[in-house]
Amino acid sequence: MSTHSESDGGVPVTAPVGANLDAPAQTPPSPDKGMFGVQGTGDVSGFGGLARRRPTGVDSPRPFGGYFDEVYDALEEAYPGFADAIEKVVVDRGELTLHIKPERIAEVCQIMRDDESLRFELCSSVDGVDYLGSDNRRFHISYQLTSMTYRRRVRLEAAVADGQSLPSVTGVYPTADWQEREAYDMFGVVFTGHPNLTRILMPDDWEGHPQRKDYPLGGVPVEYKGASIPPPDQRRVYQ
Amino acid sequence: MTTPGYATERETTEGRVFTVTGGDWDTIAGNIDPLSNEKIVVNMGPQHPSTHGVLRLVLELEGETVTTVRPVVGYLHTGIEKNLEYRNWTQGVTFVTRMDYLSNMFNEVGYCLAVEKLLGVTDQITERTNTIRVMFMELQRIASHLVWLATTGMELGAISMMLYGFREREYILDIFEETSGLRMNNGYIRPGGLAQDLPESAVRKIRDFLKYLPKKLKEYEALLSGQVIWQERTQGVAVLDVTGCLSLGITGPVLRSAGLAWDLRKTMPYCGYENYEFDVPTATTADVWGRYLVRVAEIRESLKIVEQALDRLRPGPIWIDDKKVAWPAQLALGVDGLGNSLEHVAKIMGQSMESLIHHFKLVTEGFRVPPGQVYVGIEHPRGELGVHAVSDGSTHPYRVHYRDPSFVNLQAIPAMAEGALLADVIAGGASLDPVMGGCDR
Repeated sequence: MSTHSESDGGVPVTAPVGANLDAPAQTPPSPDKGMFGVQGTGDVSGFGGLARRRPTGVDSPRPFGGYFDEVYDALEEAYPGFADAIEKVVVDRGELTLHIKPERIAEVCQIMRDDESLRFELCSSVDGVDYLGSDNRRFHISYQLTSMTYRRRVRLEAAVADGQSLPSVTGVYPTADWQEREAYDMFGVVFTGHPNLTRILMPDDWEGHPQRKDYPLGGVPVEYKGASIPPPDQRRVYQ
Repeated sequence: MTTPGYATERETTEGRVFTVTGGDWDTIAGNIDPLSNEKIVVNMGPQHPSTHGVLRLVLELEGETVTTVRPVVGYLHTGIEKNLEYRNWTQGVTFVTRMDYLSNMFNEVGYCLAVEKLLGVTDQITERTNTIRVMFMELQRIASHLVWLATTGMELGAISMMLYGFREREYILDIFEETSGLRMNNGYIRPGGLAQDLPESAVRKIRDFLKYLPKKLKEYEALLSGQVIWQERTQGVAVLDVTGCLSLGITGPVLRSAGLAWDLRKTMPYCGYENYEFDVPTATTADVWGRYLVRVAEIRESLKIVEQALDRLRPGPIWIDDKKVAWPAQLALGVDGLGNSLEHVAKIMGQSMESLIHHFKLVTEGFRVPPGQVYVGIEHPRGELGVHAVSDGSTHPYRVHYRDPSFVNLQAIPAMAEGALLADVIAGGASLDPVMGGCDR
């Protein structure tokens, strides 16, 4: 278990660390100004103090409380590579988050699903969060696992840097198929071993990954059948 | 007969490829040998009356048998999750309500429960607010299931069912309008409370509706259940067993139709559902018929919950006590729509400068939410609706992700339809009850 050294204090949004790594598709450069002159976080009031804060939790001490200790111990017993795979354990607001090394995520999911004392049969959700500026490994992929047998929930989290990939869990949870495609579409995170990792919500020929924090809101030309109409703030009437 | 440019054909390395646009089928089918060219690729949708919105299915057919189905989604993607990051926490409600437009109350409650959990105020939500939330969610569930009955009826040939379903749903939308001012996209549930209290007139309408619907439900069952066409089109069609459901992540009525009584209202209660008496209907057929039985039974259970909620309803505050979170204004419905109450305007404009500052700060800037992340799952008409919300400590969301059941459930179409007949694709797809606004967000 380890914590990240740069994870304390508010960190202003600056150029992404490792942004020059070769991404599957290039993000457009972040503009100085968003649509209608919005800057920085886009706080609509302007009173918000625009420094980004630290969103991640710190290591939680034992005992975690509730069923969390049982889950932790059961996983430790069932999984030989436990000490190496677990980076951090966070218990916050009654939820257990196990931070897993990205290359181990599929193995851990397999144990979580199959071990008798864990039995997380359902993978409820897979999605990404971009911690740009507060973590070197900016993309955190969260797996919300549900055990129907024990009525428990656990979140697994794997952090990858821009350009780094992690194994797909579709072999364990086929339901992750579209959700991993969405995470790829929105963040550009590549899941190796996914049967069909293509865009799902955005058009196939879209450039960039819209949910990244350095991707602007708006400011994209409207394209239809070859014609291109500039975004509202760049139309002549507003200038 | 054929317009130039339409019904074109070209030679490729894999054989001759035809483009058919409708009305010109005979001109093409007449020229090819039906025995050696059985394979047809049909692009169904995204504009097709039987695909529940803008769902596109690429079907590969051998005769009338479907060999491959490839669902294509994303046509209704509106970037709501991205937009939320640029608005404050309260404004988020207006966005999320527009995701799954047949169950906006669930989108709102899921979002508000996530924000309240992040704030750590879940236990401070008042009794009255929780009761109204439960009541409105169940009314919404009824409305959503009625639309399912209506559209599925239409797709399988029972056009009258479509008219009846939408007619009954209108009563529920009327109740919502009476309370929030809007039929759909209400923006009624807010983090920490409700936009407005439930008026007496709405309570009367709900009581009337509780008497009205059970009679109508019997009529629909009389219309559909004994009907041979309905039985033939639904029984043994699009079977998906519990194993299939769990591996594909399918929840809600589809999972319950396979026999597993998994309902988050019972297994992981929220909003005080543990205080209500209701059953979780299941079927064992795992087909479209089972899903029909489960949904109709769920409407009856929801009616039971609404009735209990009405009985539990006591006068009281609807906003939490915490003035740092609670909306500062008392809203009132005037002749020109919903707005600040006159007493409140008189107070902030004439008597208390501090109230004015407080109102201004809270409404324009919003409240701060301590850093962290939560995941909240609620039982939506289509399955588990999950909200993963991340805060960085500021006044607007850092990230909100919706695990929408329509999105996840649509993955089951190939498993249900491949190897079956083309007509069963429609029945199977409809039995998932996808809402593309929720799927594509």
